[in-house]
Amino acid sequence: MARVELINIQKSYGSVQAVKNANVVFEEGSFTTLLGPSGCGKTTILRMVSGLADPTNGDIVVGGKRINNVPIHKRNLGLVFQNYALFPHRTIGENIAFGLKYRGVSKSDAQEKVRHSLDIVRLPGVEDRYPQQLSGGQQQRIALARAIVIEPDVLLLDEPLSALDANLREDMRVELKAIQDRIGVTTIFVTHDQSEALAMSDKIVVMSAGVVEQIGAPDEVYNTPASEFVATFLGASNLLPATVAGRNETGVIMETPEFGKTCVPVARSITLGDAAKGQLMIRAENLHLTKASITKIDSANAVVEAVDYQGQLARYFVRIGNTQLQAINMISGRPFSAGDKVNVSLIPEECSALPANDT
Amino acid sequence: MRVWSLLKTYTVMVYIFMFAPILVVLLLAFNSSQFGGFPIEGFSLRWFVKLYENDAITRAFRTSLMLGALTAIISTTLGILAALALVRYEFRGKDLITTFLITPVLVPETVLAVGLLIFLRWLHMPRSFGLLLLGHSIIALPFVVLVVQARLTGIRRDYEEAAQSLGASPLQTFFQVTFPLMLPAVFAGALFAFTISFDNITATVFWRPSGMETVPTQIFGMLRNSVSPEINALGFVMICITVGVPLLAGMLARYFSRKKI
Repeated sequence: MARVELINIQKSYGSVQAVKNANVVFEEGSFTTLLGPSGCGKTTILRMVSGLADPTNGDIVVGGKRINNVPIHKRNLGLVFQNYALFPHRTIGENIAFGLKYRGVSKSDAQEKVRHSLDIVRLPGVEDRYPQQLSGGQQQRIALARAIVIEPDVLLLDEPLSALDANLREDMRVELKAIQDRIGVTTIFVTHDQSEALAMSDKIVVMSAGVVEQIGAPDEVYNTPASEFVATFLGASNLLPATVAGRNETGVIMETPEFGKTCVPVARSITLGDAAKGQLMIRAENLHLTKASITKIDSANAVVEAVDYQGQLARYFVRIGNTQLQAINMISGRPFSAGDKVNVSLIPEECSALPANDT
Repeated sequence: MRVWSLLKTYTVMVYIFMFAPILVVLLLAFNSSQFGGFPIEGFSLRWFVKLYENDAITRAFRTSLMLGALTAIISTTLGILAALALVRYEFRGKDLITTFLITPVLVPETVLAVGLLIFLRWLHMPRSFGLLLLGHSIIALPFVVLVVQARLTGIRRDYEEAAQSLGASPLQTFFQVTFPLMLPAVFAGALFAFTISFDNITATVFWRPSGMETVPTQIFGMLRNSVSPEINALGFVMICITVGVPLLAGMLARYFSRKKI
């Protein structure tokens, strides 16, 4: 177990910068997720930590030691791949014991360790089978067992759940987190799936186009996004151009044509700085629809344009003047239908202020 | 319906045209008559015995086997290394080298043969078994490279990356993971190389040192004098080896792959 530090890490492929100046600390024993769309550089970071790629600049420090020049086979890291990468010509037992061979573990100890790791991933007794005899979920557990049996300093998971089908993925998600909790290994998890990231992580590193956009706990990243990218990538949000109408000790007053003046709490307007213009961000689930006859404060009249009915909740597209907004509401009674006149309200404490969109 | 039966008949005819001569050789090998021809007078193995007693032929046979085996070893080793470089690494001039490795298949054998001969004359090197082996390896190399390359492309990189992350050095990774996974292709490539060398006559005629005969050149030499029934027997043996060895290998490969799953 070890703390991992990336200091000014850069990676270029020719003229393309895959990772731009990343500074991230992965605390000892924590579960950290690198989250972002494909091509954002998250896998590149994982490959640099594992030793499969060399950083163009910067230092990688594991457990206080700079490991830039340590080749991959001497780094003592557990790596789990999206496609499992179990050796097809080896039995499950041999697959798991593979890493123990190079660590001077005796045959009988190795057997014991293999059995123990199979217990951890809850697949006892499959030592003599071949990988292709197991299902995808089982193979993924074996891949995990193979990575943790060597007692790695860091466990690196490269989209380990994305090859599984939806139900299995959710089960494995819970189980993977439970296993990580139990053995307490520093874990770096790469995914493009926001729900995986939110559900499993102690800390999320949101990336976009090679840049680290925000680092924080799941609720922090979700509720107080540091940038427009984070706000739109996680969950569904509405971003309204706004002017700063004033500042007081409780917050920043953002004025929008749709909702008038909204007082956003200081804690939710940090990245705005002193700017005179910005954007008001409202999560889709924080916009509440009521009948047009009921008028609340911080509300506006709107027309429902489309309804995406999903059983316990519905996603509405509503129009206020020229602006279309998205609202996700639990359904109590009958959902609204397209064409309904409604009143849309927000709670200022749940909104955030972001810098203006310059482009 | 009628078109189909016509097509069927035509296909069968083509096959007869192709395989009848081979069948004739196989049958006549067991003819007891001194003069090869139909009808067959009686069943006999005397030509095989004679073949075995003929020193020139057994010598040629040993030469061919040795040459084939060494060609297989050399071209397979080089082929594996070339395929690894071409598939696993990026470097300048990769396309050029690929083309270069494949050219021996495209260039007419006679041209290749004369070319190598002139080159060695220029270097003042005499014809030798070594030269013959070198030439055969050049002819067989493209086949090995193509077969191994195709297999290696199908072996995902992450097997190797997983092995290394578990502590295996690059060399250990090759012997523990990459090589076992590409073994079927290596095996197939080696067999290819062996049969190509064993069958080759055109280039061999140019390259062999004086006094050395391989089985094909020996047959060729014998044919110039007379069509002896011995040649039929030798032909039988040749066919058995060039057809039988790959067939046997295929069966073995299937047996092993079935055992595993």
